[in-house]
Formats: sequence, structure tokens, C-alpha cells
Amino acid sequence: MKIPQISVFLENKAGRLAHVTRVLRDARVNILALSLADTSDFGILRLIVDNIDQAKEALAAESIVSMVNDVTAVEVDNRPGGLAAILDALEGGGVNVEYMYAFAEHRAKKAALIFRFDDPETAIRLLKGKGINVISGGEIL
Amino acid sequence: MREDLFLKDFLDRDSLRQIQFTRLRETLERVYERVPFYRKSFDERGVTPADLTCLEDLSKFPFTLKTDLRDHYPFGLFAADMSEVVRIHASSGTTGRPTVVGYTQEDIRIWSEVMCRTFHCIGITPNDVVQNAYGYGLFTGGLGAHYGLERLGCTVIPMSGGNTEKQIMVMNDFGVTAICCTPSYFLFLAEKAEEMGCPISGTKLRKGIFGAEPWSEEMRQRIESMTGVGAFDIYGLSEVIGPGVSSDCEVKCGLHIFEDHFYPEIIDPATGEVLPPGAEGELVFTMITKQALPLIRYRTRDITSLDYEKCACGRTIVRMGRVSHRSDDMLIVRGVNLFPSQIESLLLEIEGTSPHYLIVLSRTGAMDDLEVRVEVSPELFSDEIKGLERLRNVIGHKIKDLYGLSAKVSLVEPGSIERSVGKAKRVLDLRK
Ligand SMILES: [Zn+2]
Repeated sequence: MKIPQISVFLENKAGRLAHVTRVLRDARVNILALSLADTSDFGILRLIVDNIDQAKEALAAESIVSMVNDVTAVEVDNRPGGLAAILDALEGGGVNVEYMYAFAEHRAKKAALIFRFDDPETAIRLLKGKGINVISGGEIL
Repeated sequence: MREDLFLKDFLDRDSLRQIQFTRLRETLERVYERVPFYRKSFDERGVTPADLTCLEDLSKFPFTLKTDLRDHYPFGLFAADMSEVVRIHASSGTTGRPTVVGYTQEDIRIWSEVMCRTFHCIGITPNDVVQNAYGYGLFTGGLGAHYGLERLGCTVIPMSGGNTEKQIMVMNDFGVTAICCTPSYFLFLAEKAEEMGCPISGTKLRKGIFGAEPWSEEMRQRIESMTGVGAFDIYGLSEVIGPGVSSDCEVKCGLHIFEDHFYPEIIDPATGEVLPPGAEGELVFTMITKQALPLIRYRTRDITSLDYEKCACGRTIVRMGRVSHRSDDMLIVRGVNLFPSQIESLLLEIEGTSPHYLIVLSRTGAMDDLEVRVEVSPELFSDEIKGLERLRNVIGHKIKDLYGLSAKVSLVEPGSIERSVGKAKRVLDLRK
């Protein structure tokens, strides 16, 4: 139920984000979801892509530092209260959200949320217990 | 013949002192007769070569400073006729004129000898294939190492600096077993070799002879664990002879000074007083066999100490502690003395830090700003902002603990700090 995410270190300099996206384009990697977290000096770009190995290889060839780790994707109805339902499910379970981002799915009326939990196993168990749809990488694609 | 040469490292100290005394006395006479600068400075001090009755008497004689060389640019301190001088080298001065040095045929022979002893000390043998990536030219590194390697009987590949891809190709194709270059260039080579898909660990390379810039013990450990190549420190200054003044042995516990040619003293840099064995201070050399440019009590500006105990390798010649910083490299930031090599040690203590860093000094109003740029290696990278912030804080705290200074720590992308083929550029001073 966990899907791989690739994160990239970016200096806060003009053109760095464009450079990364160009490298991925040239490697024919499709970006499905993306979030950029930044501070005044540097940023971290987090990506869900269709071909993680190809992405990693292409970035490494350009000496762009990246890392792959697992995140959890959750499907919610694209309507008010969707996120609240998920956070409610986690509440009291002792699970912390390190960070999250969202994207609207091409399947109608649904949104996908990408979570990085400190304890993904417990989180998935809690969510499933509440009947929330934790989706696999294949479903996103 | 070669065996005799290496026996010089194992003499009993009494015989060695006798040799040193005789040579020192001859040298003082030589410069007093031939170099107007020394005649004048000895006379002003009220000393003549005859006042040297034992080695310790050398302390009565005046020092020679780097500025004395500059003031007598280019050949004013030479003690040999230009018809006898067969070679000139020069070190690029960071400010103004270069420092020019000269060699007679005999000086070249001595230089080859001390470099040959250097390589023998490190355990290099005639069976080694050695890639010499020190620059050939006015810089003493390339030719100095070259002559020593040939004297020892190694197979020398005179690559000179730069052209990194070719260096890696040669290393692989020619079965190179040892390399001479600066430690920072070696790291760059190792990175590049990794990128090219032929990491150093997969080659026959087993020893690196690294010099021409100060580097730390932490850097040695990092190089050795990263590449599996034994890292050896060699020390020299063009003013003394070039490389070949002192060298690590296989025990790696201090650099053996070839003191039958270069007589060392340690002084208090503030008072000029000679300090007892073991005390830390400024290293001073008198070249007791050189003909073209024998300098008397030349102040190196390097801070170290001397150990006269016999080494575990059996050598009796004195060992100097590794020079991790030169007083010339000292930066003064908000009144605090700081050495780039200290910053390097501090960074390398952190697991996964890259040995590539740059210290940037700038000024806002009357205030100095200290910035340390560190490349984020794949090992250091975290997908969480707080992970990277933590790293920045750890570095910032270490600097604060050591100097009491607040530094801005910038994390930068790998490869973004300029690589050098010679001496690494560690400081960007924008305050001037
Ligand atoms: Zn030794």
C-alpha cells in the first residue's frame, strides 16, 4: 500500500526547478504528483513519477542528489470534509504526519493525498479500519 | 648504492649531529662570503660563521623571511654563480611577485635523493607504476616527484595536472599502483572515476602521495575508507627545496625530516626564541647542503612540533607533526583566528558530509560575515526540511563551539563548489 516517492535537493537559485523537470522530461519520466517545500536557502522537491528507476538514474547522471522512500497514498472524495475524515481516523492512534500533499486524480470526483507518516504501518491499519481507501502505486498510474 | 642512500634515515643521532654541524658551518661560511644580504645581516647581529661551535649556536644567527626573498627578487639571495645554476622554479605568490628559487646540478641531485627517500619511506618500490599528477612547470611538485621516482627506479607516468578523464583512463589501462597529487584533486578524481563507472577501488591503485596543501587527519581517514587507497602526507616548500623536505612513513605517525639536508628548529613565533623538543611552534629550516639558495633559519610560517624519538619504522631522523595549518592561511574573522583546515576537520566529523566546502567571508558595515558552504551528499540528504535544518544547525553549533562565532551555513548542490586540479580553493574573501 506504500508507493515510492523521489525527493530532490534544490538550491534556491533561479532555474534549478526547471533544470530538474527538463532532466526528467528528457528521460521520458512522467510526473504524477509534485510538491515543493522550501526554506529561504534551499528546497526539497518531492515527486511521484511513473518510472522511479529511470528518474533516479537520469538525476544521478546530472549529479542531482535524490533519494527514494515510501509514502502512503490515500483516496478521498473530492468534497468538503475529505481530509478531515482521514485526520480523524488517525487521531488517537499516535501517528504523526511528517508532511503531506494532494493532487486531484483524473478519475472523476476523487482526490489523492500523499502522506509521509512516522509510522506508516499503524497509519494504514487505522485508515483501513475506518474504511478509507489506501491506494497502491498501480492504481495511481 | 641505493641501499646506502636509505641508510641515511637510520644513522645514530650522534653521527647525524656531527654531519649536520660540519655542513651547517660550511653553509654559513658560503653565504657569508657570497651573499651580500647575509654578510650584512650577520654583521648587524655581530656574528660570524666562526661563532658556530655547536648546533645550538645557530640560534645566534638572524632569521630569513619570505619577504627577504621578495625584496631580492629574482636572484638576489643566490649563493652560486648563474653559470652554475641549472634550474629555476617559482611559486605563484598570492600577492605580488612570485618567490623564485634556483638549483645547481648538485642541488638537483640532492633533491632527487630526498624525493627518492620520500618514496622509499612510504613503501614505494621499483615495481610500482606511479602516475605523477603534480603540475610540471614552474611549480616544484611535478619535476621534484619525477626525479625522485626515476631515481628510485619506478615506472613514472608524467601526467601533470588536469585532464581528469585521461588521468582515469591511464590509471586503469596502465595498471597504476601509486599516484602523486594534491589530496583535494585525488578526491575529485575519485568522484569522477565513480561517475565514469570505474571506481578507484576497482583499480590497482594502492598508495597516494599527497602534498602541496594542508590537509587533516580526518581527510586521510575519509580518503582511505572511501577509496581503499593508503593516503600519505609529504611536506615541502619551494623555498627549502620543493617536495622532499619530510614525509610520512608507513607507520603514519609524523613526517620524517631529511635532516642531514634540512636542519629544523621550532621557535616561538612571537619572540623568535628556540623552543625545546616536543613544543609546538613555528618551523624554521636551514638548508645545510644546498648551493644555489641556502637560506639560513628560514621561517616557514608552519606550526608544528618535533619528535626525536626513534620511530616504530626504525628511522632515527626527527619527525614533525603533520602541518594542518599554515599561519599564512589564518583568517581573522571578527577578531577570531580561524584556519580552513579546522573547518574541514569539523565537517568531516559529521557522518556523510562531503569534503567539498568553501568558506566565504564578506562584510556588512564594520561586521565580518562568515559563511560556510557545504555540498549536500546523497548520504546527507533528507526528504524532510527539518532533517536538513538539523544538519545546518549541527554544523553551525560546532563552529560556534570552536570559535564563538555565528556562521551562516549554506547547503549547496553536489558539484557546485569549484574543483581544482592543484591546490584546493577553500576561501573566498570578499572583504577587500
Ligand atoms: Zn617512521
